[in-house]
Amino acid sequence: MIRTEEMVLNVGPQHPSTHGVFRLIVKLDGEIITEAIPVIGYLHRGTEKLAEDLQYTQIIPYTDRMDYLSAMTNNYVICHAVETMMGIEIPERAEYLRVMAMELNRIASHLVWWGTFLLDLGAVSPFLYAFREREMIINLLNELSGGRLTYNYMRVGGVKWDAPDGWIEKVKEFVPYMREQLAGYHSLVTGNEIFMNRVSGIGKYTKEDALNYSLSGANLRSTGVKWDLRKDEPYSIYDRFDFNVITEEGGDALARYHVRTKEIEESLKIVEQACEQFPSGGEILAKVPKIIKAPKGEAFVRIESPRGEIGCYICSDGKKEPYRLKFRRPSFYNLQILPKLLKGENIANMIAILGAIDIVLGEVDG
Amino acid sequence: MIQNMLESSPGWFNFIIFFILGVILLFIVLGFVTYSILAERKVMGFMQLRIGPNQVGGRWGLLQTVADVLKLLLKEDIIPKLADKPLFILAPIIAFAPSFMVLATIPFTDKFQFADLGVGLLYYVAVSGMTVFGVLLGGWASNNKYSLLGGARATAQMISYEIPLVMSVLGVILLSGSLNLNKIVEAQAHGWFILLQPIGFIIFIIASTAELSRTPFDLPESESELVAGYHTEYTGFRWAFFMLAEYVYLFAMSALITVLFLGGWMSPFKFLNFIPGSVWFALKFCFVVFIYIWFRVTFPRMRADKLMEFAWKVLLPIALANIFLTALIKSLFFGA
Repeated sequence: MIRTEEMVLNVGPQHPSTHGVFRLIVKLDGEIITEAIPVIGYLHRGTEKLAEDLQYTQIIPYTDRMDYLSAMTNNYVICHAVETMMGIEIPERAEYLRVMAMELNRIASHLVWWGTFLLDLGAVSPFLYAFREREMIINLLNELSGGRLTYNYMRVGGVKWDAPDGWIEKVKEFVPYMREQLAGYHSLVTGNEIFMNRVSGIGKYTKEDALNYSLSGANLRSTGVKWDLRKDEPYSIYDRFDFNVITEEGGDALARYHVRTKEIEESLKIVEQACEQFPSGGEILAKVPKIIKAPKGEAFVRIESPRGEIGCYICSDGKKEPYRLKFRRPSFYNLQILPKLLKGENIANMIAILGAIDIVLGEVDG
Repeated sequence: MIQNMLESSPGWFNFIIFFILGVILLFIVLGFVTYSILAERKVMGFMQLRIGPNQVGGRWGLLQTVADVLKLLLKEDIIPKLADKPLFILAPIIAFAPSFMVLATIPFTDKFQFADLGVGLLYYVAVSGMTVFGVLLGGWASNNKYSLLGGARATAQMISYEIPLVMSVLGVILLSGSLNLNKIVEAQAHGWFILLQPIGFIIFIIASTAELSRTPFDLPESESELVAGYHTEYTGFRWAFFMLAEYVYLFAMSALITVLFLGGWMSPFKFLNFIPGSVWFALKFCFVVFIYIWFRVTFPRMRADKLMEFAWKVLLPIALANIFLTALIKSLFFGA
């Protein structure tokens, strides 16, 4: 018998594939992982605590920095929570701008995921192709909000800026272009034997596991659970659009890959319809008091971010700052299943499994 | 001329001539390495919607690699405190020396070759196999977990893929009836071996990609898992030596493929015979290098365990079947 020793490998927080400052302590038997302990908190900024001293409008830029790949949905969830408490009616035009911004941001976020996931698997080119398209989305959002990553676009009662002239036309042009590129992505990557080998059957979990671990978003839908808040609890104006909830049965990394790439197509559908229905005029900000004070009480809202269910709980004692603010951050919840998935896998799969979960460290650490 | 000198009795004169020729070859190879790195970056840039080097040395970035190498030479030489110092220093040299030694047998044209060995191909395979020691020692001596994993992977990979690599050229040897690289080229006068040995060629190019540890077989230094694999702890010129070995092997392997499968220095058509052999060799050679770069841009990385399976369960049986088929056809149709 060969006597082997267990090796403890510390992956991160400065490891190229942990997408930020995630740390993973893995115990290895050869290249097989016997135990994995995630360590988080390197990017903790105390958003929730800081918010207790900030006015509602001032909190919005902080939410930009949580899930920095999808700042629009974060903006929305805090605004939506305050609006729900105050019972504010949002102007039509603002709702359309919000939905378009959120869906474009969802596409951009999935593109980053697609690119970096393949980068983890060792293919460099897809990353650059994905970023070419993402750049166009970022330019569109930049024209809208003035920011490229942290938009700070939405306000309680509407949005900060109206769409500049010709913006809708640019979005309309972008949709067919993106579809064409997506077909190109599939011909380059999807179906490639090496790629399929690396993702199919990897990081598999069942429907029950997913529900027990409170997974959401693509991580949940990849097991066949049809749950998308845009359909099941329509917020904003999502009930006006015709789109499908994508589910896959596999529950493995490949299923999550398919869910996300197909979701890009669905988001394109929503953006296309929103462009057609876009009202020609009207307000972009509802009549709200100068100083926003949420009435005494509490509210919890949740929406579908690219990474899953993002929720916002506000407890107010009637002042201009919240008494307590809590975010349900989907990346944080989705990450919990990682140690279970990693046990018994080898190191190469570790990267694929972590990548397929799609975490954003800003959101995990809050 | 070289052959005559090889056979003559050893003396200072011979030594000096060989030394000078060796230095010339070294500079050719270094020039190749310099510009193949640039070409790789340019081609990758072109395929990935980027520009590539465009500042140092005019808009084509002609001096970029030179600047990079200078930077590496001037860098602080760090040897980790807990590293095994002698081995750590020795490893890059062990990795590099064989990569340069194999060039001796490659016939660049019908005249320009250093050693016309009877068993040239065997020499190449045997000497290139030594590089794996350098890689393994480097991984071991660094006393770093990522290096160790990378070194172990590299060793397993290189040894595994050497077998299908050798098996795939047996078909060529059967057809040409010689291990001598010159004879192999001459045997292709009426048809390149890429046409006669298509299966062998495909296996050879796959296995050689693995031998060169380039994408999709770049596991030994898979950045997203093992940071930089066996050379994680190496910096400055020691690291440069590992990289140099890698690119010199790219040179050697591309030259070998040109010789074995693409007809070496011979022109594809008779009426093009007026173009010198060296040009043909260079063209074919560049094409092979381009294919390796193309691979790198296109493919994701193989998984470590699948990699082994692929070598032993797929490539090796096919290579063996290819030998059998070649032998059968040869004895049935061409007589023994």
